[in-house]
Parts: sequence; C-alpha cells; structure tokens
Amino acid sequence: MAYSEKVLDHYENPRNVGSLDAADPHVGTGLVGAPACGDVMKLQLKISDDGVIEDAKFKTFGCGSAIASSSLATEWVKGMTVDQAMGIKNTQIVEELNLPPVKIHCSVLAEDAIKGAIADYKKKQEARKGQ
Amino acid sequence: MTVNQQHPIYMDNNATTPCDPRVVEAMLPFFTQEFGNAASRSHAYGWTAEQAVEKARDQIGALIGASGKEIVWTSGATESNNLAIKGAALFYKDKGNHVITATTEHKAVLDTCKRLEKEGFEVTYLPVGTDGRVEPARLKAAMTDKTVLVSIMAANNEIGVINPIQDLGAIVKERGAIFHIDAVQAVGKIPFDVNACQADLVSVSAHKMYGPKGVGALYVRRKPRIRLVPIIDGGGHERGMRSGTLNVPAIVGFGKAAELCQELMPTEAPRSFALRERLRKGIEARVSDTRINGSLEHRLPGNLNISFAYIEGEAMLMALKDVAVSSGSACTSASLEPSYVLRALGVEEEMAHTSIRFGLGRFNTEEEVDQVIELVAGKVAKLRAMSPLYEMVQAGIDLKSIAWTAH
Repeated sequence: MAYSEKVLDHYENPRNVGSLDAADPHVGTGLVGAPACGDVMKLQLKISDDGVIEDAKFKTFGCGSAIASSSLATEWVKGMTVDQAMGIKNTQIVEELNLPPVKIHCSVLAEDAIKGAIADYKKKQEARKGQ
Repeated sequence: MTVNQQHPIYMDNNATTPCDPRVVEAMLPFFTQEFGNAASRSHAYGWTAEQAVEKARDQIGALIGASGKEIVWTSGATESNNLAIKGAALFYKDKGNHVITATTEHKAVLDTCKRLEKEGFEVTYLPVGTDGRVEPARLKAAMTDKTVLVSIMAANNEIGVINPIQDLGAIVKERGAIFHIDAVQAVGKIPFDVNACQADLVSVSAHKMYGPKGVGALYVRRKPRIRLVPIIDGGGHERGMRSGTLNVPAIVGFGKAAELCQELMPTEAPRSFALRERLRKGIEARVSDTRINGSLEHRLPGNLNISFAYIEGEAMLMALKDVAVSSGSACTSASLEPSYVLRALGVEEEMAHTSIRFGLGRFNTEEEVDQVIELVAGKVAKLRAMSPLYEMVQAGIDLKSIAWTAH
C-alpha cells in the first residue's frame, strides 16, 4: 500500500509522542480502540482553567495511518479551546492526510480520542466542583 | 543485495521467489529461435517445443517421485487447486458428496471448496492444533462413507508449518477417498514424494521455487488412474484435462527450476534453516515479548512467523521499509480481520495483529540476516516507545482488565 507523504511524515517524525500525568486534574485522557481490532489510541490533553489546550501527547498502537492521525490530532488541538477541539471532525483528518477508504476508521479513532480526553477532563473538573 | 530505497532486502520468499538466473537462461531460446507450439506435429518447431516440454515434465516428476507422464501443466497453483478439487469432486460425485479440507488452507483451496458447497457438496473444514498442524485423528474421525476427496496442504504459506501428510495419506487411502495435496510451499524446499504420502493429486507452482510466474503443475496419479472433469475445455491438450496452448518458455523454466531445487536441496535446506535460526535467535536475544506462531519443529527451513507484542504489524512493516516482508495484520489487507490462519491456531487477535512473516531463501545471506536483526531491534524499541499497550504493561496493568471499546 502506498502512503501519502503526510502520513509518512507523521509516521517518521511523530509529533507529541509521550504521556502526561493522568492524575493531574488539568489532564484529560482519552483511550479508544481495542488491541483485538489492531488499533488503540491514548490521547492526553492538558487544559488550562480558561479552557485552552496547553499541551497534547499521544501514544498509539496501530498502523501508520493510525499513528499519523493521532499525531496530527495532537498538533491541531494545541492552542485550541476545548470547544474548538470538540469541533474537529474525522473528515478533516482524512482530507489532510489523504487517507484511503480502508483507513477512515483511523481518523474516527482520533476524533473519538480527542472527545474522550475532553470528556475525561470535564468529569474531573465536575468531581472537583462537587467536593 | 544492500539496503537502499530501490532494493530492500528481500525476505518474502513464501510470497514469491526471484527467477534463478540459470532458469532464465534456459528459458530464453524458447521465446525467439525455438518459439514453436508444442502441439504442432507437422514441423521441427513443434517437435523441439514438445521435446522441451516433455523434458520439463520429467524434471518436475523427478523432484516429487512421479513420472513425467503424470504431470499436467497449468497457469499456476490456484488453477491446479481448482482443477484438482473441482475436477475430482465432480468426476466422482456419484461415489459421495463429502469433501474434507482444513481451516488453514490457502484461499485457492478454501474458496474452491466453498464453490462446491454451493453445488451441493458437504465440506468439513478440519480445525488445526495450536501448533498449526492437522491431527491425523481428527481427519480419521471426520471421514465418512460419503467422503470422496480430502485436500490438505503439505506446508502452510503463512506459518510454514508442515503437516503429517504421510499419516494423513494413509487414513485417506484406508477409506478409499482421493487425496489432494497443495504442496506449493513444500516442493523444492523439503523432500516430497507422491508415493510416500499416497497422494493422488498434487499442486505445484514454479514461482515459489525460483521459476517464473504464471506456470504451475498438477500431478495426477496414473496407477490407479485418477480422472478429472476439466475446467477449461478446448483442444484437448494435457490428456484432455487442461486445454490451451502450452506456455513453453515458462514450462522450460519450471523444469529447470525443479532440477536445480533437486540438485541443491541437500545443501540449500540446511542453509536456509541456519539463516532462519540465526534470524530467530538474533531477534529473540534482542527483543522481549515475541512469540513464534505455529510449530517451530515442524516448519519449513526458511520460514519465521513471529509476533512482536504491542506493535501493530503494518506499522512494523512501514518501519522495516528496507526489508521486504509481510504481515498477518488486518491493516495490510482491505478487510479488518487479522490472518485467518493465525486465528485458526488460536492466536489471540491482538497477537495476530502484530505478526510478521520472514521467508528466507536461496539468495539471502548471513550479512542480510544480521542487518535485519539490527533493524528489527531498533524499530521495535521505537514503536514500543510509542505504544500505549507497552506503556500499560510496563506499569503493571493487565490489558485484559481494560474495558476496550471495540470498533
């Protein structure tokens, strides 16, 4: 299978690989996919009190397109507000990386990972308020 | 061969092999000077072509312990498998409508059997053990009075596991059924004898044994005579079993390839085995959490199918872009299911997604193996640093305890 140059670039030089402290109340963690399906993405966002994404990190078990989709997602969300990040659609990732039809699920996972991380962050914030 | 962008190190010899230069040399005159139609009886062009084709028949026969008269030329192993299975099942359908094969067979066998099911045959797909082998006892238990044909491969294309075909053949013959063997991966690499395994029909392919693509053969036993309903009708070539003008240059190349395999096997098989073991031990010494898929003991000398836990196969293939190998990961194919062969062995889906197949052959060297070990160790480290699964396992988390979101 031939990969687009952008997929190759993200695969060869992935942006923002790593982990943030999942216990930090400002960090939201999204873990999506399943090992049995061949794709697992962990995407973490560090969000400031005024709702701006200050940092983003990922780790991905998956094919090159899955790695590239998550790498791109971290690159995009940095500096965005939570609301802006919630607006990222998988189709934008497909377009940016020229993903073929069989790889569309990779972009869906990346979108889900962003939403999962934000949901986790919001849950933590509400738990704090409740205390 | 050296590592560069244009020519990655070739370690996918279970997919195909390069033509041996001696094979190409033998073929060349038959494209130009000796271009005759082997079926032309009226002039020297035809006679020369026919002579060359008959010599090749004997060369294939000699490699598998058969007579050249028992060889039918085809376009490749897919056609050989189709002709053997459909041809025998249809010809002998009055004797019974039950066919037995195994779940790890090549698609050319499985899909042919599925076609027979649509035409009223009953097919039993034997499961294999965790070592990937068909157990003779299972075959024995599956045989019925209606069993007309049993089709089992000699060695598997993905995992290289060798079946106990002599024991299986004895069971088939005890019940008087026809025994077809897809021997594409075995012939030329390990000793194979049609009489030792009591085979009636055997599929062989040239391009898996350093011959050209587009030509194969089907061994059809003469004593006792096995008859087939042809798939391709026409001029009645190949004793009426496979019409069509013979691909003389390819057949000549196939014959030469068989002769070379027979001549070289005593040194080539141990050499491939030594390279494979060097690769396996080298990887295992450098990389943790690997697993060999299928029996290591009953395996083709040059095959290594190995899972690298926590790294998806296609990502590994991308990382190993300087090495030509293949993966049982779903992501290398249009479907999202990982290799059905690995699943049949009971390999968990998450491990099946991480498998890589190395196929070592005639033209691989120790230097290449050492380069590949080095590359694999480096790339595994890089990808595991990126793997959330590896991170979790390192942190002592049991991956099975996570409620994954299947998609």
